[in-house]
Amino acid sequence: MADTGLVETLLRRVEKVDGGLDSQDVATSLGVDHQAIVGAVKSLLALGDVISADQRSSKHWELTGEGCEIAEQGSHEARVVSSIPEEGMPQSQLMKLAFGKVGFSKAMSNKWIRLDKGHEGGPRIFKTVEHLEDLVRDKLLLVQKGQASQLEEKEKNELKKRKLLSEVTVKSYWITKGSCFSTTITKQETELTPEMIASGSWKEKKFKPYNFEALGVAPDCGHLHPLMKVRTQFRQIFLEMGFTEMPTNNFIESSFWNFDSLFQPQQHPARDQHDTFFLSDPAQAHEFPQDYLERVRKVHSEGGFGSQGYKYDWKIEEAQKNILRTHTTAVSARMLYKLAQQEKFTPVKYFSIDRVFRNETLDATHLAEFHQIEGVVADYGLTLGDLMGILHQFFNKLGLKKWVEVGNSGMFRPEMLLPMGLPEGVTVIAWGLSLERPTMIKYGINNIRELVGHKVNLQMVYDSPVCRLDS
Amino acid sequence: MPTVSVKRDLLFHALGRTYTDEEFDELCFEFGLELDEITSEKDIISREQGDTKAEGASDVILYKIDVPANRYDLLCLEGLVRGLQVFKQKMEAPRYRRVSPASSEPQRLVITEETTAVRPHAVAAVLRNITFTQERYDSFIELQEKLHQNVCRKRTLVAIGTHDLDTISGPFTYTAKPPGDIRFKPLNQAKEYTAQELMSLYKTDSHLRHYLHIIEDEAVYPVIYDSNGIVLSMPPIINGDHSKISLNTKNVFIECTATDLTKAKIVLDMMVTMFCEYCEEPFTVEEAEVVYPDGRTCQYPELAYRKETLSADFINRKVGISESTEHIAQLLTKMCLRSEVMSDGEQIEVEIPPTRSDVIHACDIMEDAAMAYGFNNIPRTTPRTYTIANQLPLNKLSELLRQDLAAAGFTEALTFALCSQEDIADKLLKNISETRACRISNPKTAEFQVARTTLLSGLLKTVAANRKMPLPLRLFEISDVVLKDESKDVGARNNRRLCAVYYNKSPGFEVIHGLMDRVMQLLEIKPGQGNGYHIQAADDSTFFPGRCAEIFACGKSIGRLGVLHPDVINRFELTMPCSALDIDIEHFL
Repeated sequence: MADTGLVETLLRRVEKVDGGLDSQDVATSLGVDHQAIVGAVKSLLALGDVISADQRSSKHWELTGEGCEIAEQGSHEARVVSSIPEEGMPQSQLMKLAFGKVGFSKAMSNKWIRLDKGHEGGPRIFKTVEHLEDLVRDKLLLVQKGQASQLEEKEKNELKKRKLLSEVTVKSYWITKGSCFSTTITKQETELTPEMIASGSWKEKKFKPYNFEALGVAPDCGHLHPLMKVRTQFRQIFLEMGFTEMPTNNFIESSFWNFDSLFQPQQHPARDQHDTFFLSDPAQAHEFPQDYLERVRKVHSEGGFGSQGYKYDWKIEEAQKNILRTHTTAVSARMLYKLAQQEKFTPVKYFSIDRVFRNETLDATHLAEFHQIEGVVADYGLTLGDLMGILHQFFNKLGLKKWVEVGNSGMFRPEMLLPMGLPEGVTVIAWGLSLERPTMIKYGINNIRELVGHKVNLQMVYDSPVCRLDS
Repeated sequence: MPTVSVKRDLLFHALGRTYTDEEFDELCFEFGLELDEITSEKDIISREQGDTKAEGASDVILYKIDVPANRYDLLCLEGLVRGLQVFKQKMEAPRYRRVSPASSEPQRLVITEETTAVRPHAVAAVLRNITFTQERYDSFIELQEKLHQNVCRKRTLVAIGTHDLDTISGPFTYTAKPPGDIRFKPLNQAKEYTAQELMSLYKTDSHLRHYLHIIEDEAVYPVIYDSNGIVLSMPPIINGDHSKISLNTKNVFIECTATDLTKAKIVLDMMVTMFCEYCEEPFTVEEAEVVYPDGRTCQYPELAYRKETLSADFINRKVGISESTEHIAQLLTKMCLRSEVMSDGEQIEVEIPPTRSDVIHACDIMEDAAMAYGFNNIPRTTPRTYTIANQLPLNKLSELLRQDLAAAGFTEALTFALCSQEDIADKLLKNISETRACRISNPKTAEFQVARTTLLSGLLKTVAANRKMPLPLRLFEISDVVLKDESKDVGARNNRRLCAVYYNKSPGFEVIHGLMDRVMQLLEIKPGQGNGYHIQAADDSTFFPGRCAEIFACGKSIGRLGVLHPDVINRFELTMPCSALDIDIEHFL
């Protein structure tokens, strides 16, 4: 805070003028350094609208060091005259004085002195005037008083040539009254303190305004991954629709549960080395429900349950091969088999969201692993209309209209369900989609690597918004 | 889904009318197809090889149509047109007939014992008095290629050979011989080669090299001769040049050799049903006799029509509609499944033609009825299935912990479940044998050698990719690792882990320790021995000596925490100290 006295003086000055005043003029008239006035202006500006100040620059004339000396002691020529006694003075003695040389020639041209070259004892100088007008000093004094404007340009330039004046550019403020102008100021507080609250002093205090243009300080916090936030929302949607979560925590699956139980033939291209990750250790699964396995073998190789079957030589060795599951439907198969083993069938709605693996060629939208979302409903008498109705409700909750692009759906085949032991009239409808695809559509991400994996930019994670799928 | 590319104008000519692109797209949708792309040869070449290469290429408009994977009857123009015309009720589905030759014995294909070891099945048929045009010929060749790629599984299951019957004379012998003993002039070559020479010749052939592996390592190669010792083909690689068909071919001998007889019959049925309309007597196919090593004989093609009987009620109940029996029979007939209402007025007898090998169950018939009805016309209903939702306890716990770990200032990472062996062993200063890692047999790159056994390496790789971010970095992940486990049916199990790292200019053991305390607090476990938790110094090669502790909760070891070994830091290309926490959360269920 600038000197309070000066601030108040400044305010009184501002009060008196109608238009406004220049900080430079105030400094001159108060005889204080301009910087002190600038400080006062700035501290007043910080208080709000007490004053307003527009910065401007002006040129003005100022005395040089030599100019100041002359203003104080007179011009060199005047001092030459005054230092010469009535009886004159030897030229050599005059030249020894500091102002001698310059003063001598100027006084000579002003005809204030004369030189007697033939004087006995060397050249001698005599003054020719008793009283003289020291115009140079007078002019400089005018400039010093801030009245340079009374001089003509020509005069100022002549003094500038003599290095007695210089023209300087000064930055100053044009000060006018602000909308909250007052000559009395109270010191502004930056923040509310416990003491103010305790004493109630906040009521009398003025508080420094905040700069609402600036950003706040970022909170020091952790962040959830955007894809996992979307997963949370999908879980929520399923839970809202009454679906129970399946245990999908088994990435390694046998070909039996991943393919054979789903009535996918052993020559199916999805079972190719190019599409599926097979395991070398542990390479094979053991322990299958034997009678079920036998029914699966039969429906593939011979048909039955109303089916022609695929009529090929079904091999247990193919079914035993361990793989990284290619879809979570392997878990749905296990769950439906388990359901079929119940004494009495009860309708179920199941869901899962978990990782699946494909040994595919990688590109901007395909990784070797991704998350699959799956919904399954098993009940007596479900129809294709039910499937379409439930899909409609599901995708409505997602806020996605064009769901055909992102998912698959259908009724599980009787060749899958009947060998498990599910009752004849039970229909199972199911649908699936990837978690990544709708997330990328939702957030406009083109490359899946910007969303998943260790190469993602954490700033993307830090900056990701909350996930509301339906808005 | 296979894509079939047909010339638009040819298609419209065959359909007897033109469509706008939108109209045709709509028609495809109704018929269960998808008009994938409208393009031209010129467009395709210019897109793939640049404009200069495309100059002079045909700009005839092509429709690329996606066909369901098991609809082999829609893989060529002939089949598509027939399917659509029947669907639009412009024609009745043709009846395909197998006929005996008018004035002679049928062609015979004799299979010898030697084929058993390599490719045991063969079927054959004759298209008699066929008239090819350039378009028909092109389509005939194209269909073989499409079948080879799809139902034939790149010729592993079935390989098709087509021959100008007038250049060869039966009976034909399908046998297998050592490669050195097979010698013939292959299709489009100027001279004879032995089978051995052919295999090396085709090593560099962009098309044929993909099929060599099917027989390459066999002791004997399959081969078909005519009665004069002329080689018809060496399946599944190449036909002989002698019997190749041309635009002028009148009589075509088709053989399919196979490792899967069912598929061979389907493929032969497809070839003949699609093209017998160009025979002098349309939709008839001349039979051929196949003689097995045991003396049995069979007549092909089978061209079997099968009948299924189902009720209108079954269809109505499965689809969710209530249509009359007559209407449903009509819908099915539109799908090439000729159907008749039986005398009780409720049952429908459906005839499945040889072209519809995909229909193997009543549910397939139901699906066709739904398609013909129009999926969009089916009323959307809500299942009345009443169930109470349950979360999986393990996932519920993980979700709750994730929220609180983020609240504790740690950011969630999402890393891959597959990684290199180096990531989980060498880089963590562990021996792979102590990791219980499951190993992948066919990874395309080192990134997919094993399933991860720890979340730590993924987190450290995430830190390494984000070294430019302001310090400290606080990361966590709650996810599954995979461990070998003999007690499980597949010999492995997942294990849910919580892993966190703190990366800064100082190791921050106290930070990671504090996070562990917080996790225990969240799980309502108090510090202390017995039913509480405590940590005690432990040796672990991943950690800096003297800076690692084992975590015990309720008397069980649940994980580790500590300052990582400087060599681990280096191996993950990091530069700052780092502390880590790794616990198994399945103990807290």
